Amino acid sequence: MTEAIASKSAAAIDRAKSQGRAALIGYLPAGYPSVQASIDAGIAMAQNGADLIEIGIPYSDPVMDGPVIQAATTEAIENGFHVASVFDVVAGITAATDVAVLVMTYWNPVVRMGVDEFSRRLAEAGGAGLITPDLIPDEASEWFDASDKYGLDRVFLVAPSSTPERLAMTVKASRGFVYAVSIMGVTGTRQDVSSSAERLVADTHAAGAKRVCVGLGVSNAGHVREIAAYADGVIVGTALVAAIRDGGVPAVADLTRDLSAGLAREVA
Amino acid sequence: MAETSENADINAVDAFLQGGSLKNAPGPYFGKFGGRWMPESLIAALDEVQDTFEKAKADPEFLAQLADLNKNYSGRPSLLTEAKNFSAYAGGARVFLKREDLNHTGSHKINNVLGQALLAKRMGKTRVIAETGAGQHGVASATAAALLGLECVVYMGAEDCRRQALNVARMQLLGATVVPVTNGSQTLKDAINDALRDWVSNVDTTHYLLGTAAGAHPFPAMVRFFHEVIGEEARAQILEQTGKLPDAVCACIGGGSNAIGIFHSFLDDPSVKIYGFEAGGDGVETGRHAAAITLGRPGVLHGARSYLMQDEDGQTVESHSISAGLDYPSVGPEHSYLADIGRVTYEPITDTEAMEAFRLLCRTEGIIPAIESAHALAGAIKVGKRLTEGQATPSDTIVIVNLSGRGDKDVETAADWFDMLDEDGNVKGTTLSTRKPKGPAERLADAEKDQN
Repeated sequence: MTEAIASKSAAAIDRAKSQGRAALIGYLPAGYPSVQASIDAGIAMAQNGADLIEIGIPYSDPVMDGPVIQAATTEAIENGFHVASVFDVVAGITAATDVAVLVMTYWNPVVRMGVDEFSRRLAEAGGAGLITPDLIPDEASEWFDASDKYGLDRVFLVAPSSTPERLAMTVKASRGFVYAVSIMGVTGTRQDVSSSAERLVADTHAAGAKRVCVGLGVSNAGHVREIAAYADGVIVGTALVAAIRDGGVPAVADLTRDLSAGLAREVA
Repeated sequence: MAETSENADINAVDAFLQGGSLKNAPGPYFGKFGGRWMPESLIAALDEVQDTFEKAKADPEFLAQLADLNKNYSGRPSLLTEAKNFSAYAGGARVFLKREDLNHTGSHKINNVLGQALLAKRMGKTRVIAETGAGQHGVASATAAALLGLECVVYMGAEDCRRQALNVARMQLLGATVVPVTNGSQTLKDAINDALRDWVSNVDTTHYLLGTAAGAHPFPAMVRFFHEVIGEEARAQILEQTGKLPDAVCACIGGGSNAIGIFHSFLDDPSVKIYGFEAGGDGVETGRHAAAITLGRPGVLHGARSYLMQDEDGQTVESHSISAGLDYPSVGPEHSYLADIGRVTYEPITDTEAMEAFRLLCRTEGIIPAIESAHALAGAIKVGKRLTEGQATPSDTIVIVNLSGRGDKDVETAADWFDMLDEDGNVKGTTLSTRKPKGPAERLADAEKDQN
C-alpha cells in the first residue's frame, strides 16, 4: 500500500486496533430517504460505534447490489438525488463527528463529473477516499493521479476469485485498506458468512496488505464477531439500509450499537 | 492513459492511411474505448473466457466444429440478394441484401451464440445465461443451449416480456427459463444488470452469453469474431456477382454486433464507404431516441468505455426506439472508435423513416425485414440517393445492406403502426388478435360463451 500520504481510513482502523478490536464500517446510500436523513443517520452510526462510514452514490445501474440496496438507491434517484449532494452528506458527517467518511461509487458518475473535479470536491468536504466496486486498478490511472493529488484513499476490492497476481497488484494499488468481498455474489443479507472470507483475508494480508476489511452479506452481531476475529474491519450495508427503511435514524442507531458489540476480541 | 490513447488513435489512423489494417483489433482497447470496467469478482471469469477464446481461435478442430454448425445447422452461407425493385427508391443504385434473416432462428444472432456456447462447453460450464430485449438473442441462446445440452436462463425486462409474449413462449418451448426483470426501466439494460448479478453469483458453473459486441473485454472482440463470417461471405459474394467491391455498406446499430460483423471485411478497403444507422426514435431533437454515438458522450456501462446516453450526473438515460433490438443506451466500443477516427459514418434514423423502409421492402421485394434491419434499409435509401446524385449511370453505384433479421416478430408492432388494428387489438375486419394467442382454457371459455 502507498503510505506516503496520511490515510484517514487507516488511522480510523488503527485507532480501533489500538483498542484491541476490529473496526466497524457502516454503509448507507446518500439521499435515502433524504440528504438530511443521510447526514443524521451517518452521525448516529458514528455515535453508536461505527469507526468508518461509507456513503453510497445512488446509480442507475448498480450491478454489485442486491434488491434491498437497489430499491433504496432507485428511490433516492426518483426523489431527485443529485451526485453533488454526496459532498453535502460527507461534509455534514465529518463536521459533527471524527469518523472517517468514504464514498462508495460506481465509476461512471465520477467520470461524468471529471475524476479530478470529483476528487477535489470530495477532499474539500473532508472525505477520506473512494471505494470503487466496478473500477479495477488496471483502469484506474486517472484515479491514481487524482487521489495522490488530493490525499484520498483508494479502496479497491479483492474477491475469492482473485488470483495471487491480482491480489498482489490490488494490494499495491490500494491505500487505507483493501475491501475483501466475502462471497461471489452481490450485496444482501445472508444466513452465514462464507468460509472463503477468512482465507481471502489471510491471502490478502500475505500479499502485503496491512488492513483488510470484509463486506457482503454481513448482517448481524454474530457475523461481526466471526469476522472481527480475523479481519481488520467489518463492513455492514444491507442490514443498515433495511433498518433506515423500516425504522429511520433511531433504528440505524440501535443496529449500529448492536453490531459494535460484536467487535470486541476475546482476550487471549 | 488519456495521452497514450490519443497517440494510439493517431497511430491507428496513420497506419490505415498508409495501407495498414483496422481489421482484427484485438482489444481490450479500441483507441480510448473498451477496457474492463467490471467488479474484481468477474475478472478471473473474463480471463478464462479470453484464454479459452484465444486458444479456440487457433484450434482447427474448434473452427471446423463452428464451420460445420454454421453450414449444416444455421444454413450458412446466407444469400446475397439483389433488391432490384427497391433500387428505384435508393436513387437507382444497385442494392444488395445480405440475408441474415434466412439463418436458423431468423437473425444474425445465431452466429455468436453457437460460437460462445461451444466455448462454454470447452470451459466445462453447464449453464449459460443471456439477456434479451425483443427476444431474438434469447431465442438464439435457448436454441444453442438446447442443441449443446446446456441449461439456459434468459433475463428479459418485464416490460419486454409483455410486449414479446410469443418470444417468451418460444424460449420456454426450447427449454429455457425466462426471468422477467422488474428493476429500473425493466428493459434491456436492466436485463444485462441482472445477468451480471447472476454471473457473479454462479460463475463457477455459468457462462454469460452476451448478445452484442459490447461489454468488457474480451466480449467486443469475441462477438465480432463470431460475426465476421457475415462480412467475409458478403465480400466474396459481391465480387462474384458484380466483379467489384461495393461503394457503400450499411447496417443498423444497437450494440452493433451485426454491423461490426459485416463492416469487418471492408474496413481496410478505402474505396468502400461504411455507414452505421442508429435508432433515432421520435427524432434525436426530442430526446426520445437510442442514438448513443450521435448524441451520447463517453462513459462506462456494462464493462466498457464507449459512447453512452447519460444525464449530467452520469446516470444512464433511458433509450427509446420502436425497435427493441436497438433500444440500448450505449454501443459497442469498437464502433465508438470507428466513429472517432472517421472510418465509419454513424447517422440516426427515426421510427417513421424505418417503418417506411419496412413497408417498402415488404411491397417491392416480398421480404418482411426486422424493424432493426429496416433502419439500415432507410439509411441505404439516403446513401443511395446521395451517392448517385448527378451520376449518369446510377446503377454503377453498389450498396450492400445487412438485413440482420426477419420481421415475423414485428408483425404486431407493424400492424399497430400502420393502423391495421381495431380498438381490441384485432386485425381490422377480423377477430384475429395479434396480441394474445388464446390458450386452451381461454378458448374453452369462449366456446361456452358462444353456446350461451
